Amino acid sequence: MDRRAFLRTAGAGLGLVSIVAVRPAGATPERMQDAIRKVVGSSAVTPGRVKLELPPLSENGHAVPLTVSVESPMTEADHVRAVHVFTEINPLPAVAAFRFTPRSGRARVSTRVRLANTQTVVAIGELSDGSFWSDRATVVVTLAACLEGPL
Amino acid sequence: MARALINVPAQAKRGEIIEIKTLISHVMETGHRRTETGAPIARDIIRQFVCTYNGAEVFRAELHPAIAANPFLVFSTVATESGTLTFTWTGDNAFSVTESAAITVS
Repeated sequence: MDRRAFLRTAGAGLGLVSIVAVRPAGATPERMQDAIRKVVGSSAVTPGRVKLELPPLSENGHAVPLTVSVESPMTEADHVRAVHVFTEINPLPAVAAFRFTPRSGRARVSTRVRLANTQTVVAIGELSDGSFWSDRATVVVTLAACLEGPL
Repeated sequence: MARALINVPAQAKRGEIIEIKTLISHVMETGHRRTETGAPIARDIIRQFVCTYNGAEVFRAELHPAIAANPFLVFSTVATESGTLTFTWTGDNAFSVTESAAITVS
């Protein structure tokens, strides 16, 4: 093996190692990405404007309080059309979609969700101008919901 | 019959943003669970919630199995005029519940 060939293989090997090492940090399983893609289409999703509030630690994954809000004047010309919530490792990535109108007054909703395990939850806000914004929060769950479900 | 609790302020000033809380009793069976003998338990969830204010839709939610049992929703609307707020939950097995609340706007 000459020097050039050695460098090429070594470089490829390094690339592989770094991919494996980086993956857990940015762990967004493909199914969630697919579900998000279905909602946003080919539009870009920018972090910001959306605020997703979840407890950092939840003892009971069967009912985790969730609040999501989006900054918006909520006028006919500029309002939030919808907020979509997704999870990484629940059996199904979609959690809920909330649809607002200017008459909602404020784009803010609270509910309680089930979380199958410690994971990241993503909220995507869809504005009337067609732009998409997102926020994410990681919840540590001590008692997981749907233990018998496929993880 | 499912029991629903609704919290709407009885009175509000025109243009004020009011907060509405709703809770309905429902198992929200996910469809992922199995019985002791291994038979799958069919999904039974509320799929949709709609709130209308004198007939105009102000808020809607599409729910999935990841919503906890006894779905609880807090949202808001602008108090525009006196009238009726109507809440409708629909779901699997022809589940449908409609409740309403009156509001006086001054």
